Amino acid sequence: MARTVTTPRKLINTAFAWAVGLLIFFPILWTILTSFKTEAQAIASPPIFLNFDWTLENYAVVQERSNYTRFLWNSIIIAGGSTLLGVIVAVPAAWAMAFVPSARTKDILLWMLSTKMLPAVGVLYPIYLLFIQLGLLDSRAGLVVVLMLINLPIIVWMLYTYFREIPGDILEAARMDGATLKEEILYILTPMAVPGIASTVLLNFILAWNEAFWTLNLTAVDAAPLTAFIASYSSPEGLFFAKLSAASTMAIAPILILGWFSQKQLVRGLTFGAVK
Amino acid sequence: MGRIVLEKVSKSFGDVEVIPPLDLEINDGEFVVFVGPSGCGKSTLLRLIAGLEDVSGGRILIDDQDATAVPPAKRGLAMVFQSYALYPHMTVRKNIAFPLRMAGLDKAEQDRRVEQAAEVLNLTDYLDRRPGQLSGGQRQRVAIGRAIVREPAAFLFDEPLSNLDAALRVGMRLEISELHNRLGTTMIYVTHDQVEAMTMADKIVVLQAGVIEQVGSPLELYRAPRNKFVAGFIGSPKMNFIEGPEAEKHGAHTIGVRPEHIAASPSEGLWKGTVGVSEHLGSDTFFHVHVDGFAEPMTVRAGGEVGLRHGDTIHLTPEEDKIHRFDAAGLRIA
Repeated sequence: MARTVTTPRKLINTAFAWAVGLLIFFPILWTILTSFKTEAQAIASPPIFLNFDWTLENYAVVQERSNYTRFLWNSIIIAGGSTLLGVIVAVPAAWAMAFVPSARTKDILLWMLSTKMLPAVGVLYPIYLLFIQLGLLDSRAGLVVVLMLINLPIIVWMLYTYFREIPGDILEAARMDGATLKEEILYILTPMAVPGIASTVLLNFILAWNEAFWTLNLTAVDAAPLTAFIASYSSPEGLFFAKLSAASTMAIAPILILGWFSQKQLVRGLTFGAVK
Repeated sequence: MGRIVLEKVSKSFGDVEVIPPLDLEINDGEFVVFVGPSGCGKSTLLRLIAGLEDVSGGRILIDDQDATAVPPAKRGLAMVFQSYALYPHMTVRKNIAFPLRMAGLDKAEQDRRVEQAAEVLNLTDYLDRRPGQLSGGQRQRVAIGRAIVREPAAFLFDEPLSNLDAALRVGMRLEISELHNRLGTTMIYVTHDQVEAMTMADKIVVLQAGVIEQVGSPLELYRAPRNKFVAGFIGSPKMNFIEGPEAEKHGAHTIGVRPEHIAASPSEGLWKGTVGVSEHLGSDTFFHVHVDGFAEPMTVRAGGEVGLRHGDTIHLTPEEDKIHRFDAAGLRIA
């Protein structure tokens, strides 16, 4: 028998879900609200929630003080480039692991994932030195490579899981129908894996966009993305909450909008392998 | 043409030998059924012929050409899978045309052949649908359509009806048999269902643990099973086996009598027993009878209107010339 849920029970569940959702969203909402306040209102005690004088002044100042477009462009190149490069490396890797697994495939996958457990700061020093040696410090190319490597285990895992869901019979049918390996990949596998590849790309673009540790440590001016743009407002003249909030809002807006429009793909990406 | 010969073909997965070396000849135009219980290696044997698995030893000849090292696409065989294995992102038309597209046929010829196959299989109205919008039977027909457009040397069917419900299965069984009559192409058909094997095959290959137990026409297998395994596997309900003094009377370790070769009477007969479960099918009734002195209950076929109930006494008499005799190793005694 299906579990029956009474109406009051449903109401409580709904209210609870909304409460959790609001709790998670509150810091973002507060940041956005603060960005429209004056500096004095921003630090007012007790805090003002909605009845303040809405102003766009902070955005004007931020825009005047720093070149938002340049940071945005860097973010797009670094997140997009690392995702693209990651997919190009990961597709053949995941393909091989899903369809011609060896006795060690599971170990390799777990080992790749285990690198994600390593604290990033543990390898900061060697990578920093490498970057100096190779002249990659504060370059977009360097960040593209580092972020690709950071996210590669996740990309490989996700693609591997998606490929595994494609029934082997269908690939064998294609083989029987006269398809070469190339045709099998081009006409059968790729079209069938497109939803999986799309959610992988999306999720990794967002991860790369939000990545702050490496982008802050390995950039200064030329390659600095939006994370550095936000950070630049927390120093050195002291904290200007309203302006910092305006900068933050500008930095997260593109990715929030992207995420909003691609919710379905994202949910599929985040629950990958859980449901078929 | 579609003559397939296996010479000493064997298959091992790692250290496990699933098919010890075996020989088999399939003649052009024959409908051959591989039948056996789950895990007997029948599907593996089919996949070896298809080229989806590599043989561990021996040779596979297709029309007298050594095809052992030929990739599946170049063997000129078409396969229908249990799961249908349709391409979900393509319409029925594109699914059926796929092998033709891979063969590089021009568009007009592709269309002509697809239309023709669709007509044969009653799929004309569904050509622009996707597999997901079709019923199980329709999907299976699309899979068959995809196989016939190629005009292959032989068709390979891997349990094609096991995902269908019982009524549809009987219908598709007829359709496949009709298709075979019309095309006259060699067909190799794998199933665990002996009824499918009996009804469709020109030749049945009974397999157990990778070993061919017997090859023959359905009636040869029914009349003269080579051993106890074949005797028990072919025929429905299963043959009754009797050991002990009753078998010794016939000079055998075990004797076998089919349920349809036993006469049942309420008053007189050779063996006396008690009726257990009765299964009424309308045309027939199957009685499970506990015979005094026999270890196993016997199954007996009687007419549809026989009025015996649970607990009634029943007398059974086997048809003397239909008794099968087996030695201690389970082999038939001629």
